[in-house]
Amino acid sequence: MTRGRRLHPALSGVLGILVLVLLWEGYKLIGPEKGWLVGKTRVLPRASDLAMPHVSTMISRLFEPTVGASTPPLWQTVLKAAIKSLGIAGVGWAVGTIIGLTLAMLMQRFVTARSAILPWVVLSQTVPLIAIAPLVRRWGAQLHLGSLQWHDWMSVSFIASYLAFFPVAIGALRGLASPAAAHTDLMRVYGASNWQVLRSLRFPAAVPYLLPALRLGAASAVIGTVVAEVSIGLRGGIGRMIIEYAQAASADPAKPWAPIGAAVLIGLVAASVVGLLGWCLRDYQRGENNA
Amino acid sequence: MTTTSSDSAATAVSVRGLRRVFPVRGRPDVVALDGIDLDVAPGEFVSLIGPSGCGKSTLMRLVADLDDPTTGTIAVFGKTPRRARLDHDFGVAFQQSALLPWRTVSRNIALPLELAKVDSGEVKRRIGELLDMVGLSQFGDHYPDQLSGGMQQRVAIARSLAERPKLLLMDEPFGALDEMTRERMQTELARIAGESGAAVILVTHSIPEAAFLSDRVVVMSPRPGRIVDVVDVGLGDQKERTEDLREASGFFEAVKRIREALHGVEGAAPKAAEQR
Repeated sequence: MTRGRRLHPALSGVLGILVLVLLWEGYKLIGPEKGWLVGKTRVLPRASDLAMPHVSTMISRLFEPTVGASTPPLWQTVLKAAIKSLGIAGVGWAVGTIIGLTLAMLMQRFVTARSAILPWVVLSQTVPLIAIAPLVRRWGAQLHLGSLQWHDWMSVSFIASYLAFFPVAIGALRGLASPAAAHTDLMRVYGASNWQVLRSLRFPAAVPYLLPALRLGAASAVIGTVVAEVSIGLRGGIGRMIIEYAQAASADPAKPWAPIGAAVLIGLVAASVVGLLGWCLRDYQRGENNA
Repeated sequence: MTTTSSDSAATAVSVRGLRRVFPVRGRPDVVALDGIDLDVAPGEFVSLIGPSGCGKSTLMRLVADLDDPTTGTIAVFGKTPRRARLDHDFGVAFQQSALLPWRTVSRNIALPLELAKVDSGEVKRRIGELLDMVGLSQFGDHYPDQLSGGMQQRVAIARSLAERPKLLLMDEPFGALDEMTRERMQTELARIAGESGAAVILVTHSIPEAAFLSDRVVVMSPRPGRIVDVVDVGLGDQKERTEDLREASGFFEAVKRIREALHGVEGAAPKAAEQR
């Protein structure tokens, strides 16, 4: 079909970044230094080097020392923070996925569980993150689980999982309920146990619903991690770094763009992990061709 | 040949005084089946035919323990339908092939065996036999979406035979196929049923299909679903049902008798409505 004419995904990705760079530099070229004001409202941003540093400046800043001459280059510092945040988000995503799947299985199996849990699941997402982050930290600090000591990063992971579990629970619930009546009848005729029905029918059938939910969950976990790092005040991660560098931006305007870029990178890595998972599970995404 | 013998163990399926009522909120209950008596002998091929809403699928679902009767009894090889289901005494095939799209043809056929925890060597051997039987030996590693509708339905039939059941319950298995494929599949089913020696209950609304395949055709009427006539077709052994039979005078005779019985149903329908 038109497959030959379509761009390779990697190529179109590079092209997308290129277009973004061109737009940025293009606006810098023609945009007014002080921005565009209608009355007192600024409708277009300032194009000054302070507000919008050149892309080349941002890149070359990556290879300069972080603070002083003896400190490691900026890219190393930022990468370290990004890896830390990615790890925290990963733990949050995994925990959120397990909780989401468990809730979905309960809700699928028991109608009462569904009517009891589902409203709370939906309600849980209306609580503002900024409000609960310090609470979670305080509760966590009072927790004594044997030898386990509660660390601040666990609070951040907890909040990431709090955001990630929601799409997984909803997606998995739809997916687990998706098999046609003919399929469930068939399993019944074969005398399949509940566990066998789950393993042989419901979970495989849920995969096409689950993958977008996992991708959404991964994105939520990354955002939750960055935001929670800021509001809990966890050091060493990318969230806190964005704030710190932004405060120093007047002296070093290219610096805050490094952790912002790294946050985007974390999101891309998270999305690729789910993409890889989808590739491994590609047999479960075959269309059913019922003639 | 509806025997009234109470020796139900000697029959494949024995139905007595069966009634199934579906309650409908805010309206009178729907009587899907009423006063059904039916015996199916081991190895016998029985078709259920009738207009839509006559309860033929409901009757099949009741025999398969996919639904519970309101009153009346069903015995499958002398057991309750539930016991028979748990003992894997029967196989089923529906109008939708209901194959699992993520499993290959072989693994779809293997599903009932895997669920029954049959050991893998035996499963492999059995898959080979079944693929041969339905003529799909070359397609074991294909996925359902790579097969035509007729081939998918053949896989479904192979799957229903996986555990060598002595009874096969089929609900319009060829309903979604084109006429040419349908006739070929009927010939195949006649051969397969003959080879396996299983009793078959086939739900259909095709008169030629019922005439070609069946030993007996049970003609049903709608609202309430009742048996109005049982036509003995008896066109000989299943193995003799080849393409030639479709042009034999006995076949046309059978088609005619089933059609007349069905038309009797339409004539009786207003009367049945008055009785309610």
